[in-house]
Amino acid sequence: MRRRQTMVVLALAGLLVATYLWLYKIGVIGVLQCGTGGCEAVQASRYAELLGVPVAFVGVAGYAALLGVGLVGVQPAFAADRRVTLLLAALATVGFAFALYLTAIELFVLHAMCRWCVVSAAIITAIWVLALDGLRHAPAAPNR
Amino acid sequence: MKGFYALLAAVALIGGGAIWYGSRNAPGPAAPAAPVAGAALPVVTSDGFKGFTLGADSAPIEVTEYSDFECPFCASFATVQMPVIREQLIATGKVRWRYRDFPLPSHQYSRYAALAAQCAGEQGKFWEMHDQLFTNHQWAQTGKNPRSLFRDFAKAVGLDLDKYDACMDGQRYAGRIQASVQEGEALAVGGTPTFFVNGKRFDGHPTSDAFKSLVDGLTKQTKPRK
Repeated sequence: MRRRQTMVVLALAGLLVATYLWLYKIGVIGVLQCGTGGCEAVQASRYAELLGVPVAFVGVAGYAALLGVGLVGVQPAFAADRRVTLLLAALATVGFAFALYLTAIELFVLHAMCRWCVVSAAIITAIWVLALDGLRHAPAAPNR
Repeated sequence: MKGFYALLAAVALIGGGAIWYGSRNAPGPAAPAAPVAGAALPVVTSDGFKGFTLGADSAPIEVTEYSDFECPFCASFATVQMPVIREQLIATGKVRWRYRDFPLPSHQYSRYAALAAQCAGEQGKFWEMHDQLFTNHQWAQTGKNPRSLFRDFAKAVGLDLDKYDACMDGQRYAGRIQASVQEGEALAVGGTPTFFVNGKRFDGHPTSDAFKSLVDGLTKQTKPRK
């Protein structure tokens, strides 16, 4: 239970970071508070969009899904539900892979690091580790 | 469980409040911000490039302009004075005009705009992009991310967009721009636009008339006596 609660708090933090980047991308926030100066370079690059959708919005959607599933998972009725564990692990794995891809783009293509993207990558990595740990400790599926 | 929801509410409240505070103070072009390639520049070494030029190599007078694409005075100069200068001084072979980048750190997107112009220059369309950036200068007032708009400019001037994208994403000319800034600073350029006529700083009011009379005066001095 404590593991899922931690994942929910992390997902909420990730959702806030992704929302901040998304609001900047659509012009609601004019200036990113980014000490490295790399946020502009990253956010202004073509890699900041995926098939016309801002990458930050993909983050918003991903973290919202993790938050939603996580909140269901902390309810007593679903505390031991293996499906929630599997869904959390699947979402976290997709998110972690996406974060790896974006970090590689920052490091090797753009040569610029966006501090908020690093924070988001750290959050999704922590969620992924917790999700895998949850998978390891999940009760086996009942034999039918 | 109560503690968990309290923690969740606290995170939501603090994070949401921070985002709300950030959006309240923006957008606004006057807000201080790091330049596009700022501290994350991959290279700062110059490739020896000394700026794009207009006019004949044989022109007796060279004017070097240190400019910033986001600067409103530079835009005004480029759109009001420059067409006359091009017609009367550059097209007539009297002057060769050299453009140097001097993106000011207080401007959010000027370095990005300079990159766009350099990437257009790579395809032989620097001046066309220069004109697009200065003529459609509304982008500098909105504070919004101009990436798509600059790409539209690139398309409008006939650039190969794949090459343009690769150039922009790789920040291919970031080092060149930084070198131009450093050269400007070495010449005590503090604001934009700043002009040098045959290497000597021009301190007058930058109008086409002022440049014309200065160039006419210098041309008379340099003409060989018969």
